[in-house]
Amino acid sequence: MCLGIPGQIVAITDEARMMAMAEVSGVRREVNVAPIATGTLSDVVGKWALIHVGFAMAEIDEAEAAATLEALRGLGEAQETLEAMAAGDAALEERA
Amino acid sequence: MKYADEFRDPVAAKALLDAIARVVDQIGATAEKPVHIMEICGGHTHAIFRYGLDKLTPAGIEFIHGPGCPVCVLPRSRVDECIELAERPEVIFTTFGDAMRVPGTQKSLMQAKADGADIRMVYSPLDALELARRNPDREVVFFGLGFETTTPSTALSIQQAAREGLTNFTVFCNHITVPPPIKALLDDPHMVLDGFVGPGHVSMVIGVHPYDFITKDYGKPIVVAGFEPLDLLQSVLMVLEQIRDGRAEVQNQYARVVPEHGNAVSIAAIEDVYEMRPTFEWRGLGEIDESGLRIRDQYKAFDAEEKFGIGYAAGPRDVEDPEGCACGQVMTGRMKPVMCPQFGKGCTPEMPLGALMVSSEGACAAYYQYGGARAVAAK
Repeated sequence: MCLGIPGQIVAITDEARMMAMAEVSGVRREVNVAPIATGTLSDVVGKWALIHVGFAMAEIDEAEAAATLEALRGLGEAQETLEAMAAGDAALEERA
Repeated sequence: MKYADEFRDPVAAKALLDAIARVVDQIGATAEKPVHIMEICGGHTHAIFRYGLDKLTPAGIEFIHGPGCPVCVLPRSRVDECIELAERPEVIFTTFGDAMRVPGTQKSLMQAKADGADIRMVYSPLDALELARRNPDREVVFFGLGFETTTPSTALSIQQAAREGLTNFTVFCNHITVPPPIKALLDDPHMVLDGFVGPGHVSMVIGVHPYDFITKDYGKPIVVAGFEPLDLLQSVLMVLEQIRDGRAEVQNQYARVVPEHGNAVSIAAIEDVYEMRPTFEWRGLGEIDESGLRIRDQYKAFDAEEKFGIGYAAGPRDVEDPEGCACGQVMTGRMKPVMCPQFGKGCTPEMPLGALMVSSEGACAAYYQYGGARAVAAK
């Protein structure tokens, strides 16, 4: 949960809530872009970011994104994060 | 050098290791008289073990594994309070998966779920917000856990819940901050520390200046580091060079992600939603002044402690660590994990007794996984 994962912002999905679709290692996930959206919201589209627990926390360049992803894979953290994302989706549908 | 070929750039790794060895010699550090460098962040602890950096670097460097794993410093009392909340019939309790196996006095969240409590692992507090929207007749509690890296996520989620007027979403706030335990460790007369490798992603949020006290008040160097093995080696070298030169500065090796003053949006959200508690309990370190956050009065409708009358809202409590568990001594660097009588016996990653064995960022779990203990225990 602490290391985050790099993703590319591909589209704004909800302007009022500052939500955007991000592509993370081939998986699409809606994230909040407030921390990196300091100017016009649509400017974040196409950018790479470090995503922590659903929030784009820092803008990074593409090379940094690739290197970080490789480091996370080495630690087993990339897979863990993708599994956590899937678990989060499943939790929404779960019935008590 | 069995690990060196795993580096992305083995040539750069070799050059850094050679430079580290030279500076260690210049300092005159040896296995008998090592320099003590604390990596504060649990992610760094994990990377050091994963890549065998403790073995690749000279014996004159001793790594002390710091308190920067939020799951590991979570006291049993708070786990008990999570379970108390989760077992309320109206509650959907949401948590990061990392916290599921942390033992409380009676059970973990995993066991509470097996016993029928509605506990759901989520990836983000945004998932908990969505659950609250979809389940207006239930109380959705999010287990807010972590250092400054994750604090903005719950602050922004609480602000969003307030804007939407959600009345069934609360956060059980266990957010903690990095600088106070570092100060507590530096004030401990038994603790010997010569320098620090600073956390990367915490610093991405708060910037590098919150560490100024380490250099100004204690005269110790700190280098904020990235997570790639080469980042760590580079940072260790920078700490060693400062020690050799008698300097004590805050340096930023991870400037490509960490801005000097942090992330303004995140800092503003944290300051809007949270304030310092007078004191907060850390596993192994006890109560530390001004080290944990609570939700401000303005947002108390979103504070699970207030809404359900538990935790610090219910008054002081005292829960001892389990018998035979030496997490506290390991956490403060007084004991190596393998010296704990429970290590690999009463305490394994599959059946953890203490929190340091739970998370892959905990020193004990890292020793167990990468130190050969798993193979030994399997025999």
